[in-house]
Amino acid sequence: MGFPDRIERTVEIAHPPGRVWAALTTAEGLGTWFGNEATIDLRPGGQARMTWTDGPTVEMRVERVEEPTVFGFTWPIYGLPEDDPRRTYVEFTLEPAGAGTRLTVTETGFAQLPEEAYGKAYDGNTQGWASELGELVDYLDAA
Amino acid sequence: MPRDAEAIAEQVFVALADPSRRAILAGLASQGPATATDLAGCLPITRQAIAKHLALLAEAGLVTAEPGERRRVRYRLCSAPMQVAQQFLAALARDWDGRLDALKDHLDRVLPGLPQPHQTQ
Repeated sequence: MGFPDRIERTVEIAHPPGRVWAALTTAEGLGTWFGNEATIDLRPGGQARMTWTDGPTVEMRVERVEEPTVFGFTWPIYGLPEDDPRRTYVEFTLEPAGAGTRLTVTETGFAQLPEEAYGKAYDGNTQGWASELGELVDYLDAA
Repeated sequence: MPRDAEAIAEQVFVALADPSRRAILAGLASQGPATATDLAGCLPITRQAIAKHLALLAEAGLVTAEPGERRRVRYRLCSAPMQVAQQFLAALARDWDGRLDALKDHLDRVLPGLPQPHQTQ
């Protein structure tokens, strides 16, 4: 054990599930506590985007919407190239706890390493750069 | 598979633990493929030491050797192992503790008037 594949946290929040749900699934909520600005198309397969001031913009894909109990999305793994197909899956589960909410967040998929994709990504990158630089040279030569 | 990922990530971290090897990798990243002699020209390390570090980096899959000009071996940076190590770092950097605190603060701020139910922590 050393390469964590799964992160899980449970917190008790002193607000009812409906309020927590709104904070998790609306552009207004996400753009306040999570990013600095957000957009979201709240349906399975919908796109969401989060932007941080002076930071990255992250594209998310909404996967599960079961109001007000389950909200799931996938997003890129920070630091990997933008076109890398590997993504982690984040799922929020909301349960009533007294007048408040027990919120569980799990993120899985950090340790995924398709051996094939690993080699392909590497070859693709090296060849990609070589051919792009070649195209640039051709373009400049032609001008 | 996670076993492999861990082994690959470990080699990256071992390689990066040495300042000379970090300098070599940084040089290849910023200036492109280079020979041991090229690298010796811009780093405060002897050519012999650079050759030793390059051999270790090649074994770890972090650089590949390719034929260069005048029969010199040129070394090229390989990004694939870095990307595996990056996945490990990404798990550490997600900071869900900080984010969930921010969520609680946000809810308390937008709804300050609500009666607070029992808190278990």
